[in-house]
Amino acid sequence: MLFLPGSKAGMLSTAFVYKPDCVMFDLEDAVSLREKDSARLMVFHILRSHVYQGIETVVRINPLNTSYGLKDLEAAVRAGADVVRLPKTDSASDIQELDAQVERIERECGRAVGSTKLLAAIESASGVINAVSIATASKRMVGIALAGFDYVIDMQSQRGDKAEPELFYARCAVLHAARAAGIDAFDVVYSDVNDDAGFLKEVELIRHLGFNGKSLIHPRQIELLHNAYAPTEKEVGYARRVIEAAEKAEREGVGVIALDGKMIDAPIVCHAQRLLQRAEASGVRR
Amino acid sequence: MRIITEAVAGTLESSDLLVKVSPSRDKTLEIHVASDVMEQFGAQIRRVVDDTLKGLAVSDGLIVIEDKGALDYAIRARVQAAVLRGAACEELRWEQLS
Amino acid sequence: MEKEQINHLIQKLSAQCPDLESLRPFAGADGNNPHGNDPQQTRQRKLCATLEEAIKRTGLKDGMTISFHHAFREGDKVINMVMDTLAHMGFQNLTLASSSLLNANAPLVEHIQNGVITQIYTSGLRGKLADAISHGLMERPVQIHSHGGRVHLLQTGEVKIDVAFLAVSSCDVFGNANGTRGKSPCGSLGYAKVDAQFASQVVLLTDTIVDFPNTPISISQDRVDYVVKIDEVGDVSRISLGAARTTNDPRELLIARHAADVIESSGYFKQGFSLQTGSGASSIAATRFLEKKMVSSGITARFALGGITSSIVELHEKGLIDTLVDTQSFDSVAAESLAKSASHLEVSANEYANPSSKGAFCDYLDVVILSALEIDTGFNVNVITGSDGVIRGASGGHCDVAATAGLTIVVAPLIRGRIPTVVKRVTTLVTPGESVDVLVTDHGIAVNPARPELDGRLREAGLPVMTIEELYQRAVGLTGVPDPIQFTDRIVGVIRYRDGSVIDVVRQVKECLR
Repeated sequence: MLFLPGSKAGMLSTAFVYKPDCVMFDLEDAVSLREKDSARLMVFHILRSHVYQGIETVVRINPLNTSYGLKDLEAAVRAGADVVRLPKTDSASDIQELDAQVERIERECGRAVGSTKLLAAIESASGVINAVSIATASKRMVGIALAGFDYVIDMQSQRGDKAEPELFYARCAVLHAARAAGIDAFDVVYSDVNDDAGFLKEVELIRHLGFNGKSLIHPRQIELLHNAYAPTEKEVGYARRVIEAAEKAEREGVGVIALDGKMIDAPIVCHAQRLLQRAEASGVRR
Repeated sequence: MRIITEAVAGTLESSDLLVKVSPSRDKTLEIHVASDVMEQFGAQIRRVVDDTLKGLAVSDGLIVIEDKGALDYAIRARVQAAVLRGAACEELRWEQLS
Repeated sequence: MEKEQINHLIQKLSAQCPDLESLRPFAGADGNNPHGNDPQQTRQRKLCATLEEAIKRTGLKDGMTISFHHAFREGDKVINMVMDTLAHMGFQNLTLASSSLLNANAPLVEHIQNGVITQIYTSGLRGKLADAISHGLMERPVQIHSHGGRVHLLQTGEVKIDVAFLAVSSCDVFGNANGTRGKSPCGSLGYAKVDAQFASQVVLLTDTIVDFPNTPISISQDRVDYVVKIDEVGDVSRISLGAARTTNDPRELLIARHAADVIESSGYFKQGFSLQTGSGASSIAATRFLEKKMVSSGITARFALGGITSSIVELHEKGLIDTLVDTQSFDSVAAESLAKSASHLEVSANEYANPSSKGAFCDYLDVVILSALEIDTGFNVNVITGSDGVIRGASGGHCDVAATAGLTIVVAPLIRGRIPTVVKRVTTLVTPGESVDVLVTDHGIAVNPARPELDGRLREAGLPVMTIEELYQRAVGLTGVPDPIQFTDRIVGVIRYRDGSVIDVVRQVKECLR
């Protein structure tokens, strides 16, 4: 998810060439208070133009208890954003309130009710604790993201050079909530855009944990992330053989699938299918 | 919408535009556009500005625009932002802005 | 032998063969030495105390042609200095033939206004000079040629250089000069070598006089008439200005990565291939991505050609490029490499790109990456006039190498600000579409329909290939269709293709009244 400040015309006008999976137009932290109104209109109008067609669009609104939040929401829903990202989600009621407002706006402007999806950003201890109820608070929920900076402040700890351990529990909590709710999990922003090695190390960790994606703040991180998530030649080769073995067993009416003398059960076949899908999407690791 | 005070929106960064609005002294609508790409897109920029002002029912004021190669969506957004600031308008009527 | 005896011999000779009547009799060992009899004076004869003295001694007259080279680029001090001196001395109506002219040459505007210069031959114009010419400063249109094309014009005699004023980094009193030693090393004297060959008289200007004989010899004593020492020939730190360094701009890197991908899948990426990159940011960045591919596949390049940058030198020093063939050193790293590497060669513009040369390196070129100000749906390229119709670039080696390279790749952002790079018809045609194979932009890649096999290979490799029409539609879909620039009927520039033919003209821009 590529973050774009809603106030920066230059970035908004050009970022789509990097082919991010989704863009997040930010009206919250990246925009100064004085520019909130202008940025909101920029995001409204760029969503209505066809500049980002084909790319999933997310708008990070200000919290609903600010004077900006509701106006941001009106702009996002009316302009046709795919997803609204709510920052600082602490409890299920935050999402329920948001859901109600979104429905109201959809009806008012004639947008298909239910078409606007939601993504909750967890940025506090409460949020982490309530992750499961947040994730299941609305049918519109498609994702839950961990936001590292504010969370760490709330926890009275600090981000070290290594990605853990201060985020360890939060990551696991958010992941479990996502899986229980059947939605996607997004990891934190990595702010040192010049530190490829550090970025890749963090990506390795979250990939193993099972995160579906990551929030990015610079286009060059897109390529790095995609490549790190792409399966290797070897993995793809093995996955193909697993699928072949499974199909063969099916054809022969044999109940047990065997490959290289080992038994292959259903979860392994499922994993192989997912892997091949990922290879289709991201290519093979370079 | 009435422009009652001076206001500014946008920046002079590449692909953006700076829009300054101020109340008219003689109830006329005066629009000045200067652009890095005046020859190629001056007419188009003017069309978008006129259209946007019409949508907000602005019939008088002084609008000065310095464009740095902004696309149409940005022109609409910055003009609207400047006018709303100039009109000290907090309420957004989305039909006017679309 | 006595004088009478010899005269007698000649009489006998001419009786036998009347056409030999005009042979002269021997008149002593030093009798007919054209340079005088005093050995000390002979050795020092070329050294002039001042530039004025050198100019006087050349016998330069009004209406003649003078030439310069541009190896010092934005750091050049000689062109302006010599022109100021010529103006001061009252010269008029001169033809200026410089291999190129840059932003630093803005002072020439005044000399043109005062009638010192009335005709210009150059490969490029920039800055205030270009602006003024685009707005009608000169009576006669500027002749804009390529690097190879300039040599061709010299060969055909259309350009006859009466006096070449050549800045060199080091020189001995007899005129042996190079660009690699001295206070201000510029590297390759590739353009200067041509002038030294063709000019009737050659004046070398240097800030470093060394002991005789100077080595290495790029320009030989046997082509040099006068040597002048000046304070500084050029500011070498400004050579690389305008020629980009390594970039971190994600858009330029995206384009560069795609360009490297194109090369890899093109079928030209083979052991011993040859390569040229322009001086634009994306071209240079492409070498970084290409390097990774060369290392992982074990492929090395036989040579790199043209303007040599530090990025290319790095590949050479890593053993990935065997030989560097240098017409112009774009920075001090390149200049140093030329000085120290035995396989970093200095070549003249004739050896580089002249179509009527007996041998031009560009004929052996496999892959070239070039930039463009505009490219149209017929793949024709404009590198001379900006989107506002004003001259702001150089023909350079563009059409030379595009014509001969096996794979010609043009890299450019699809949109610059609000200006589409892909247009329906270029403002000024410099390189014809038939010479261009692939366009790589940040939005996608287009292949010339004349290369269907290339198109197939790139698509099979999974690269984002689309038609150039589609790229055009994408561009105007975002920016809107631009209104055309207004020109007057008056022609201010003639674009000469590498063979001397006229391929397009540049008209005077109309003043926009608001």
